[in-house]
Amino acid sequence: MEDMKEIIKKYVINEYVEDDSEVTYDTPLISGGIVDSFSMVSLKRFLENKYKISIPDDKATPDAFDSVNKICVLVNAYLK
Amino acid sequence: MAYTDKVRGTYQEILDGLKDAGIFKMERYIHSAQAAEIEVEFPVGASLKKVINICANNYLGLSSHPDVVKAAHEGLDSHGYGMSSVRFICGTQDIHKKLEGMVTEFLGTEDTILFPSCMDANAGIFEAVLTKDDVMISDRLVHASIIDGMRLCSALHDTFKHSDMAHLEEKLQLHNDKRLKMVITDGVFSMDGDTAKLDQMADLCDKYDALLFCDESHASGFIGKTGRGTHEKCGIMGRIDIITTTFGKGLGGASGGCVSGRKELVEMCRQKARPYLFSNTIAPPVVAGVIKVLEILSATTERRDKLEKNTEFWRKGLTDIGLIIKDGDTPIVPVMLFNAKLSQDVSRDLYEEGIYAIGFFFPVVPQSQARIRTQISAGHEIHHLEKALAAFKKVGQKYNILGKTKQEIIEMYGM
Repeated sequence: MEDMKEIIKKYVINEYVEDDSEVTYDTPLISGGIVDSFSMVSLKRFLENKYKISIPDDKATPDAFDSVNKICVLVNAYLK
Repeated sequence: MAYTDKVRGTYQEILDGLKDAGIFKMERYIHSAQAAEIEVEFPVGASLKKVINICANNYLGLSSHPDVVKAAHEGLDSHGYGMSSVRFICGTQDIHKKLEGMVTEFLGTEDTILFPSCMDANAGIFEAVLTKDDVMISDRLVHASIIDGMRLCSALHDTFKHSDMAHLEEKLQLHNDKRLKMVITDGVFSMDGDTAKLDQMADLCDKYDALLFCDESHASGFIGKTGRGTHEKCGIMGRIDIITTTFGKGLGGASGGCVSGRKELVEMCRQKARPYLFSNTIAPPVVAGVIKVLEILSATTERRDKLEKNTEFWRKGLTDIGLIIKDGDTPIVPVMLFNAKLSQDVSRDLYEEGIYAIGFFFPVVPQSQARIRTQISAGHEIHHLEKALAAFKKVGQKYNILGKTKQEIIEMYGM
């Protein structure tokens, strides 16, 4: 689980953070303006490719993607 | 629903909020034709002031060129004022087809379709040629009209960091399973004045079998040795699948735009693009004016050459007096001030000195990236630019920002 959190956090920082802002596991990503609605698409695809899962579109909500911790809960729900 | 006091109050509250936040936009009334020197009424009711305009998209100085004005008059006389119809019913004249052919030849593409504006071209193109099985991968700084167009399209949308080719390649790999991939960029970015790495993008598109889209609104007519645009500058004429551009900037400055590119994609627009299907096209006098513009630009590179020289003079002049500008070689030259209020204060003081230039700040540009965006024209003479430089120097001295670093300016004025 810690590995997954770190992997996702690292991806988020590398992909979306263009200054030295700190991102924690609980930092609000969507509501905090770090990840916009367009960019959720690449995050979803990254997770699906990385963890060999398929997240239904209706589960890929802004709320479900709003922090690293929440994303981990979502990914774990679809891990076999 | 009646327009009740409650509804009125709801909107008034929003508008007041914009004013409180300092982002309420005010128009300044120009009483002359668009040119290097204009007469401005500002604030409303003030006496007219003659100022040098360094914030128009009038890159080639053709907005009020006598030959273009004359051609528009003649077009008005010969083809009338309006069409009162969309293109495919009874809204297509011979001059619309002539202009489409001329644009195709000028840009070095296969075919062209006119739109009422480039905003409409960008609103219509993606939905017309892509489906939910496809992906659009856009630079993060593309123009707002492209973002709106992508929102209207069912294809997946992803972004890459501004001009970051390694990141673009990652995204092309990530989405390699899609039916079609389209890479989307501006040729020249309107806020920073930098140029897309179109040659590298074209190579990546070849490698990953992707389409390449480029908005050339701030490039057509003057970027590249003969002014064909960013694709000419980057040596990739014929390798961009879709170009959109406007006739509202360098190419005469009136209105109208187009999609130009692969003939099948243009035909898809003719069949499916909603702004084309459900709106009148460009009015006859404007079409006649743009035809004259393209005749002028095809006959000689004199105007884009003058613009290039003016741009070099301006960029060097601003740097020499100690202001920070964004790197590049285009006529869009942002003078970086970083602080929003400082950008407004400098703009106001420049106006007092007879120079019309506007401050841009968040949300138009990122936080702490406030600036005065200057735009140079072939219509400027060196004495205009010298006067503008003197004004920048005087105002820069007043605010003690000449020769200062970004950090020093931020320490004085905040972010």
